[in-house]
Amino acid sequence: MTAPNGQYAYYPGCSLKASASAYERSAMAVLERLELRFVEIDDWNCCGATEYFSLNRLPAYSLVARNLALAAAQPTHELVAPCSACYLNLRKTDDHMRQEPKLKEQVNRALAAGGLHYEPGTLRVRHLLDVIIDDVGYEAIAAKVTRPLAGLRVAPYYGCLVVRPFESDDPEYPTHMDRLLEVLGATVVDFPMKAHCCGGHMTQISEDTAFELIRRILHNAAAYQADVIVTVCPMCQLNLDAYQGNVNRRFGTAFNLPVLYFTQMMGLAFGLQPEALGIGSELVPAQAALNKIGQVPAETPRHTPKRRDKDALPMPSRQRR
Amino acid sequence: MTEERVGVYVCHCGHNIAGTVDVEAVAQWAQTLPYVAVARDYRFMCSSLGQELIEKDIKELGLTRVVVAACSPHMHEPTFRGVSARAGLNPYLMEMANIREHASWVHRDDMAAATDKAKALVAGAVRRALELKPLEPFKAAIKETTLVVGGGIAGITAALEIANAGYPVVMVEREPSIGGHMAQLDKTFPTLDCSACILTPKMFDVGTHPNITLLTYSEVEQVDGYVGNFTVRVRKKARKINTDVCTGCGDCWSRCPAKVVDEVFEAGLGYRTAVYRPFPQAVPKYPVIDVESCIYFQKGTCRACEKFCPTGAISFDQEDEVIVLSVGNIVLATGYKTFDPRQIPQYGYGRLANVFTSMEFERMVNAAGPTGGKVVLRDGVTTPKSVGIIHCVGSRDHRFNRYCSATCCMAALKFSHLVKERTNAEVYQFYIDMRASFKDYEEFYVRILDEGAHMVRGRVAEVTDAARQPGEEGKLIIQVEDTLIGRQRRIPVDMVILMVGMEPQEDAVEISHLFGIGCSTAGFFTERHPKLDPVATMTDGIFICGACQGPKDIPESVGQGAATAARVLSLIGQKEVEIEPIRAQIDESRCSGCRVCNTMCPYSAIDYIEELGVSRVNPALCKGCGTCVAACPSQVITGQHFTYEAIMAQIEGLLYDVRSGNGHKTVAEPQPVEVA
Repeated sequence: MTAPNGQYAYYPGCSLKASASAYERSAMAVLERLELRFVEIDDWNCCGATEYFSLNRLPAYSLVARNLALAAAQPTHELVAPCSACYLNLRKTDDHMRQEPKLKEQVNRALAAGGLHYEPGTLRVRHLLDVIIDDVGYEAIAAKVTRPLAGLRVAPYYGCLVVRPFESDDPEYPTHMDRLLEVLGATVVDFPMKAHCCGGHMTQISEDTAFELIRRILHNAAAYQADVIVTVCPMCQLNLDAYQGNVNRRFGTAFNLPVLYFTQMMGLAFGLQPEALGIGSELVPAQAALNKIGQVPAETPRHTPKRRDKDALPMPSRQRR
Repeated sequence: MTEERVGVYVCHCGHNIAGTVDVEAVAQWAQTLPYVAVARDYRFMCSSLGQELIEKDIKELGLTRVVVAACSPHMHEPTFRGVSARAGLNPYLMEMANIREHASWVHRDDMAAATDKAKALVAGAVRRALELKPLEPFKAAIKETTLVVGGGIAGITAALEIANAGYPVVMVEREPSIGGHMAQLDKTFPTLDCSACILTPKMFDVGTHPNITLLTYSEVEQVDGYVGNFTVRVRKKARKINTDVCTGCGDCWSRCPAKVVDEVFEAGLGYRTAVYRPFPQAVPKYPVIDVESCIYFQKGTCRACEKFCPTGAISFDQEDEVIVLSVGNIVLATGYKTFDPRQIPQYGYGRLANVFTSMEFERMVNAAGPTGGKVVLRDGVTTPKSVGIIHCVGSRDHRFNRYCSATCCMAALKFSHLVKERTNAEVYQFYIDMRASFKDYEEFYVRILDEGAHMVRGRVAEVTDAARQPGEEGKLIIQVEDTLIGRQRRIPVDMVILMVGMEPQEDAVEISHLFGIGCSTAGFFTERHPKLDPVATMTDGIFICGACQGPKDIPESVGQGAATAARVLSLIGQKEVEIEPIRAQIDESRCSGCRVCNTMCPYSAIDYIEELGVSRVNPALCKGCGTCVAACPSQVITGQHFTYEAIMAQIEGLLYDVRSGNGHKTVAEPQPVEVA
């Protein structure tokens, strides 16, 4: 289901204008190919990220609600955020204002100082991944693929924020992006850590905690011989990419796993130039891995128990009854 | 015209009603209503003293109508009709006002409102009682044949009990063999009896009993009629085997080249051929050809079975057969299915090879199963050194089923014993609460603890193959909060068994509609009374037993199976049943013959009489639902016991204290009918 007038209100969030500019570049390039119209909301502000809510509830909600009020002024009710933290905060604020009349009243009193007002429920807050999969659909995406990502082993990493209020997929073991990457022609590895936490801003508070969380994810992707980790969130990308060296030093590991955005993978499959997708700005260089596209991958022994066909018991299908 | 004399009896029902409704006030007030000769309240109207009180009044005060303000008529209408009949009053002149479910229980916090509502209900009942007409119940002979649907242990028990008493039974089973889930099990808890050894003699008895007709690979399609006289249409699916000549020798399935995973009997852990007999002790012994997987039916060539069959029993062009049965009673024993654990993807079933369901494991430990009873991993050869057993998968979980599946704790303990016995592996049990009620169960639990099973209390968060620390590589790691020590634990194991819960059959709701019985939103069939009538249903002549009514283990299913047999036999012994005379009746002198009612009737009980140009109700088929009464454009159809007059009078009674804007009473005073 596409937005009624084919238009979406777009909330980029701070990261997409700075550390994750590659995400925005690639997203805009892909959206153009998919003929989706995103209109950036005027004069938006930071969503408060993951911390502010734990410190001071009312200003945190008001900060987010200001963006909702601005977005509601646009001629569409679909608000899209590409960053998982922004998505969660916008969504959470809308939900909580709807459920708690007192909060709604307090937040609106704060917004009134700037001449704004937000009626919860006005907007439908969505993540970019959800828009691309639900509104565009696998078939339409497949039709745009000109350079399939054949030969590339990818680990789909959803992170923990996007899956929580995500109606159309399983929050514990999501598979939406897996299918999307398969449509793009990549080989998707089983990735049990796909919805585990990357540590978020714990890197600033407790390296012990954060680096262990990052290590687990990298370790798991490496165990499945992934060439690339694909993310939907600037926070996840930053942690896995920027702290990979720290993790290697601390644990004596030698991970060399580039971390890219799903929009970059889409762009590559659509035949766009890597530079136009911001590829090259990542800290663990992706080029070596991307050179594999189109090559037949070397036969890699899968991490499965040894199997003798004659005696093996049938494996249950993955399909639910 | 004789003066009507109504007796009103207000029941306290202990505290149930009297705790919320001022019963004395209601009785005193009822005394003031027109035509009420006497109004009394009493602690328990349904007690023998209460009943005698009403009887005495009917006789001594010459009551012509009785109103009992008490519980739901579902509960005690038969009781008070009996009271009236014993005192010489037509039982259909007794009316109940439900001041318990409809007043005291739903207005617990407002005594004044509950009392007012009780008065209105009593007023409605008195007015309605005055309009009632005496009726005589129909008598119908009870057919001696009983239909048993489902050939698991519950159905088998019911069928054998009835057949042994000398009455004919028809058993209908959907699968090619009877036996149900019990036939799949290896051992039964807590005695560790061999399940097949104790079941197969009973299956054999069903197959050979002179009083039992066995229809396997068959399904009920349609049910009509009423207690004592049901007409049931059964579709006997084409086996594609001529059972008159088949000897069950097995030449066909040993030559069949089509191998498919057996999702039913082997629970997906083993293979079967396209022509197959589910298991060696199957009853009947004849195989069936599964058309979906047969190469000949799918591709047009093969016919290997036909070539090798020594008796020419393969019959590719055999068609389904429809059999119409005439039975007096029906026993439903349609059983259960297991929860599909793929709904909990974090447990990895279908993704991680060495995660098994409890039914898969039952087949694995069964000596006649795919591994010959060896406990091995999915590769078929490796013996696990450690096994994790996760309880309550799909049970006691607000996302899926809130109820406890009752059997899994004990089955998990049984598995623990079998794993230890066959592999000496370490066993970890992940439980929420251990439930070991009933005879010898707790003792079995203690025995398993003594055998050294590790018990971890907590619901498992996930099963993963993502190793995090040394010792986890190549293992399945169970992440769990151990709530007894208050810590997160990661326990690496080789094999995980998911104790999947019991659920109603996929088509349980359709089955309940087919037989006209109630079922819960989940789909378990509803018993007439949870305490006192656990195997009857709201539909007379239809009984339920076993896991179709709720999760149950073998002894409980057997107990219920035998209980249904006792209920059926007691009905057969009565030779005839009384049937409620509540039927629709057409005033033919005023019927225009428009035939609207003919098409509306859901039971096809209305015939059009061509020569008279009118419609007529067949009382044997009519259920008294009232559809035609409402539909008739000329208003010439009367629902007996629910006449327009009676319903309007009841409504007027209910609204006795409602006044129009100008202060006038909105309803007229009662106009009693003449006593016959």
